Amino acid sequence: MSAKVQVQTTINNEPVEFLCEPRQSLLECLRDVVGLTGTKEGCGDGNCGSCTVKLGDRIVTSCLVLGVEANGESITTVEGLAHGNTLHPLQKAFLEHAALQCGICTPGFLIAADALLQKHPQPTEEQTRFWLANNLCRCTGYDKIIRAVQAAATEITTTKSNGAAQ
Amino acid sequence: MSTTYNVIGTRPVRHDGADKVTGRALYGADLQLARMIQGAILRSPHAHARILRIDTSKAEALPGVYAVVTAADFPPAPADKIVDFGEGDTPLSSLRGNILASGKVLYSGHAVAAVAAVNAHVAAEAAALIEVDYEPLPCVLTAPEAMAPGAPILHEEFANGNVADQIRYEMGDLAAGFAQATLIVERELDTATVHQGYIEPQNATAFWSSDGRIHIWCSTQGSFVARDATAAVLDVPVSQVKVTPMEIGGGFGGKINVYLEPVAALLSKKAGRPVKLVMSRRDVFTGTGPTPGSRVRVKIGVNDAGKITAAQSWLAYEAGAYPGAMVVPGAMTVFACYDIENVLIEGFDVVVNKPSTAAYRAPGAPNSALATETVLDEIAEKLGIDPLELRLRNAAKEGTRRADGPRYKRIGCVEVLEAMKASPHYNAPLPGPHCGRGVAIGFWFNAGLPSSATLSVNADGTVNLIEGSTDIGGSRTSLSMQAAEVLGLRAEDIHPTVVDTDSVGYTGVTGGSRTTFSTGLAVHDAAQMVVEQMKARAARLWAVEAVEFANGVFSANGQSLTFAELAAQLGSTGGPVSCSATVNPKGVGGSIAGLIIDVKVDPETGKTDVLRVTSVQDAGKAIHPAYVEGQMQGGTAQGIGWALNEEYFMDNSGDMRNGSYLDYRMPTALDLPMIETVIVEVPNPGHPFGVRGVGEANIVPPLAACANAIYRATGKRLNRVPMNPATILGL
Repeated sequence: MSAKVQVQTTINNEPVEFLCEPRQSLLECLRDVVGLTGTKEGCGDGNCGSCTVKLGDRIVTSCLVLGVEANGESITTVEGLAHGNTLHPLQKAFLEHAALQCGICTPGFLIAADALLQKHPQPTEEQTRFWLANNLCRCTGYDKIIRAVQAAATEITTTKSNGAAQ
Repeated sequence: MSTTYNVIGTRPVRHDGADKVTGRALYGADLQLARMIQGAILRSPHAHARILRIDTSKAEALPGVYAVVTAADFPPAPADKIVDFGEGDTPLSSLRGNILASGKVLYSGHAVAAVAAVNAHVAAEAAALIEVDYEPLPCVLTAPEAMAPGAPILHEEFANGNVADQIRYEMGDLAAGFAQATLIVERELDTATVHQGYIEPQNATAFWSSDGRIHIWCSTQGSFVARDATAAVLDVPVSQVKVTPMEIGGGFGGKINVYLEPVAALLSKKAGRPVKLVMSRRDVFTGTGPTPGSRVRVKIGVNDAGKITAAQSWLAYEAGAYPGAMVVPGAMTVFACYDIENVLIEGFDVVVNKPSTAAYRAPGAPNSALATETVLDEIAEKLGIDPLELRLRNAAKEGTRRADGPRYKRIGCVEVLEAMKASPHYNAPLPGPHCGRGVAIGFWFNAGLPSSATLSVNADGTVNLIEGSTDIGGSRTSLSMQAAEVLGLRAEDIHPTVVDTDSVGYTGVTGGSRTTFSTGLAVHDAAQMVVEQMKARAARLWAVEAVEFANGVFSANGQSLTFAELAAQLGSTGGPVSCSATVNPKGVGGSIAGLIIDVKVDPETGKTDVLRVTSVQDAGKAIHPAYVEGQMQGGTAQGIGWALNEEYFMDNSGDMRNGSYLDYRMPTALDLPMIETVIVEVPNPGHPFGVRGVGEANIVPPLAACANAIYRATGKRLNRVPMNPATILGL
């Protein structure tokens, strides 16, 4: 066992310090050290997207990032999407469109879709499918996930334009 | 005449939804317990070898290691002991053998030893320090090779070499049937080993307490089966084991068998602490049960009118290391969609040096339907008949007898075919050159099996539902909706909880398309008992003999109380109302599914693009149509992956060379279009709401539908799945 390293981060808008071994992935740190188990591990080699989190201004598969690399960074996980008890429009849309079955891939899809909507507020089906191709779902065949993301995009855009109009 | 429902057929938000979109839902790997340590499994690098020596001393000496176990740590049991935990008789030696190898390893990835240590990294380091001396043996990887004379033998004690079991179903006069035929088509098709591909790896945490009780937390499709299998492997009474099912991240049949649970228990017993084991993705591919690879021959004869006069099939399925290749359901379903007088079906369960196979969504049926449905496509083309029309002329109906014995009660084969014919998709033109449209249908059973449920009325007019079916895709809601329908409440008035094996009556697996059907029946029965007890309370309150109950209102002689109003008065009318029901339905349901698929095949690269897909299925009665559609879409996507791309790519030494999601490439969002759905509702006479389980039949048609579409696009009848570019280009 190697000496632990102190890591200072901001996770879901709150300052979080933790100690980790240099070999521990960011995913392991989030789940086992910080206790945020909403981010899931499906493969451990960056191919399923279940562990997707926002690191700074990009999304990463947190199993391929070391915990120590997150020092000084800001991280958003699925636990940080809702505002208090108010669900994010993507979370609401996933529920209303039955876009999850077992739910294990859902946290990764939500984080990835949130990043998509920040870059493309009204993505086409093709753009949505391309962006989410790094996230595997084995239950749904993706149909309802794509529909939920597009519905959330419309909801967010409508809310914004209504806000601007007032 | 259709019944009008208030709740059934609506689309409420699922009860566990908020937890699952916010990251609060606890899956097996999320569990943290005080003093918990973690484990790792050492797996065989050889597909077939004798274990000469295992030396664990270096692993045990590594700082941070608490326990090491091998097969020698299983408690002594008679060598020929047979166990039965509801899945048929299994030799204890086979059950144990797949969990920790003893004597021989039978596949690359076979578990040999396990370590528990302060964390998973130290456990993995320690596992690598275990020394195992192997005597490598020749391996055999496919059913036809394993059946050939001189093949390496996996189990020397078997009477018929590698053929563990044979079945034969015969009906009518086969020779006379073929003599009446004016056209006979025979084809032989192979399918590769594929995996269920659930995103959550297997995991189990165990604590063997000083009082002798063993508590297991795991990701399982059946907490009671996990309990019973763990007890059998450890040779302890079932009551000594308690299984708490955590949320489950997909299963599709692959999370019925136990792999880690008994190992975690043995480690915990030695370490005196809770031990968590979580598989890596490669462990999942190489150490858990995929679905069998197969070779299937089908020969069908028809007369000029397009009526099938005889059908014959020969099926050899790869069981993997231990018997149980699902060839029985493969054989039962090979001609299950059709009314055929003269039939012969022979099936062979063949052991090979691959992981021991497990159930995968309608296990065995996609393999056999591939052969039947492509042969029928060829017959339709040769006769110049529309392929759906050919199927309609032969469709199984109420009273049709299957070659394995049963006669159907009401089934929806004709209705599914008619819905396919009438669909906008089937009547739309193909978009251009190199495109083809394929169709196929398939049948799958609804298992009955026991289920239990308890309903307790709260004073605020809501109802708590306690049940034992692990919720893999929304069954808390499909069950709550059935309770709400009976009680005249809203779906959100029911609070469902999936509980541990100490806390509810025996409940079979979430599998066999049975949960919404069978546990639904238990919930329905318990809800009716609640209504009767509530009526008695109202009768006491009003001093009347008879009380009516309709739409959530109790009434008699002009007086009335809503369910909530009466619920508030239970305390003063005799105390709380709580009702339990256990059911064990038999001879039920069965579902037919159909698929229409358009593909475009690039003639240069051989790549197939899926352009349009329509899945049609008989749901009996769709309780929550969105989750029925979800099952249809999910099964279709898995079937398309199986058809076009997925396979275990084994080298000659039996090593899986593509044991990652990068190389075992499952369909991504970019590989698929939207999946259109048509829900057909032909009520199941064995369920009060007409429910048919819908989880599985949808994966049966895609292999054949893709093959037929590729034929129409390329003119090539392929004899191998996956129909990847190499197969299509004949490389």
